[in-house]
Amino acid sequence: MTIAKGLRIARVLLSSQYAYMLEYRAEIALWALSGVVPFIMLALWSQVDASGAGPQALGLNRLQLSRYFLSAFIVRQFSIAWVVWAFEEDALQGRLSHALLQPLHPLWRYLSAHLAEQATRLPFVAALVGLFFLLQPDTAWLPSLGQALSAVLAIWMAFAINFLLQSAIAILCFWSERASALERLLYIPYLFLSGLVAPLEVFPPGVRAFALWTPFPYLIAFPAQLLSGNPLTFRGGFAAMAAWIALLLPLVGLLWKAGVRRYSAMGA
Amino acid sequence: MPIVCAERLSKTYRVAQKQPGLAGTLRHFFWRRSRSVEAVRELSFSIEAGEMVGFLGANGAGKTTTLKMLSGLVHPSGGSLMVAGHVPQRRQANFLRSITLVMGQKQQLIWDLPPMDSFRVNAAVYGLDDSEAKRRINELAEMLELGEELTRPVRKLSLGERMKAELLAALLHRPSLLFLDEPTLGLDVNAQARVRAFLADYNRRYGATVLLTSHYMADITALCPRVLLIHQGALFYDGSLEALSQRLSPCRLVRLELKTPLPASALASYGAVEAIDGRDVRLLIERDQLTATVARLLGDLEVLDLEVADPPIEDLIGQLFQQGVVQ
Repeated sequence: MTIAKGLRIARVLLSSQYAYMLEYRAEIALWALSGVVPFIMLALWSQVDASGAGPQALGLNRLQLSRYFLSAFIVRQFSIAWVVWAFEEDALQGRLSHALLQPLHPLWRYLSAHLAEQATRLPFVAALVGLFFLLQPDTAWLPSLGQALSAVLAIWMAFAINFLLQSAIAILCFWSERASALERLLYIPYLFLSGLVAPLEVFPPGVRAFALWTPFPYLIAFPAQLLSGNPLTFRGGFAAMAAWIALLLPLVGLLWKAGVRRYSAMGA
Repeated sequence: MPIVCAERLSKTYRVAQKQPGLAGTLRHFFWRRSRSVEAVRELSFSIEAGEMVGFLGANGAGKTTTLKMLSGLVHPSGGSLMVAGHVPQRRQANFLRSITLVMGQKQQLIWDLPPMDSFRVNAAVYGLDDSEAKRRINELAEMLELGEELTRPVRKLSLGERMKAELLAALLHRPSLLFLDEPTLGLDVNAQARVRAFLADYNRRYGATVLLTSHYMADITALCPRVLLIHQGALFYDGSLEALSQRLSPCRLVRLELKTPLPASALASYGAVEAIDGRDVRLLIERDQLTATVARLLGDLEVLDLEVADPPIEDLIGQLFQQGVVQ
């Protein structure tokens, strides 16, 4: 496939998926609203802070804590993946057959759907961030260009890891019809080790060291630190993310090759 | 050289077995049982380029599984398969560009958007530039009698309009090999006729090869000079519909309109009385006795009208499947 043809496919897929997502804008707004876990955690940690314990031990002041959780909210909004559910439903309903019959890997369609959904989500997230700054004007900050660019890159890489991780699980549909159940197994480590409920520094050193060998801290905590401008506690964050992508990409390819042989085009 | 060549093609699925009720559910939870189901058994056939072939068989006979193997969706368990010079399950881009599979009960169009949006995606995926895509969409839309429907959301289209739009989406890349699985399912008689006319036109214009399954015998009789009949996954017949009819029934159907009604006993000497409805009689008469028997009927009885036909093929195939006759 030539680059020009690839770009044309990307443009058409993104525009049609964006049109499709706009049909579901109300649902996407609700999804954006449902991702307020970081704000709840911010409220909890602020209480601990007021009592004189907790965040001080992390070396974060109140402003840094607020910015961290607001950044965690933004990072999560643009790194979330749902390919496992979409793929599982399509495989079980037989809709995957149509995608398999075309000379384009089906995962490209899911990727474009995710990117289009992120674009649809953008104004709702911006409105929520604006509301946050309105309620807490002293927390408002503007990252430097360097910070913003590195944060955007980290968010994209976090999304790539998330997407590949979920794709690997989704492909297990070819063996087990309910692969999404396996994805739920990942939710607890994701919740605690990603930095979503608390900055990673709150965990005991042993747990923290273990977490850094998993992909989870790079999905939220690392990009959130970059975006918030807080002191970076990660060493080689981008290198670790690149390594996870380099590991997951061939894994997805191998699983796909083995799994598609088992496809029975159920329901089709 | 045939465009489709299947040799001893087989497909076996593993199917989970579960008894109904709570006890069955618990047993299934702890001791999963499955069995092998032979969906297709050593099926061999070939199709020449440009042919239109009907694929007949009862539900569960293995028609759809065969179409899925021919289009590369499902890997065969045994045998060999070459389609358009490719091994289908490798799903190489050139192979995928040369085929299409239309499933009457499944749609590829994006439900909430007009069909045009799906066509744009397909055009890009198959590498058609904008002007070529537009030309082909217009051409196919004209053949399918589609107009403003193409700019209405798919969910707002009638079943017939949707099926025609599905056909347009499936044929935009101008495949030379069409696998059609129940393309007229659920359509009314007029819509069925339009789809049939379109398929015949497409075959004529582009020399496309068509393998078609349908529960509507009218689709097969109108489009397919040749049929493949499969039963329990194995090939039962490969040839013309007419010859199939002769093979399945040694008799011809004679419809009579008599001047006065007669009891069945008075007609039994001419052949098997299939039905009597007042003055209308349907008799089954052995093919080699036909001329002599018709002459006797016309000489002995007061006949107002007489018509000789083959028994409806769907009745014959239905009887065949009910009897489970496989020779």
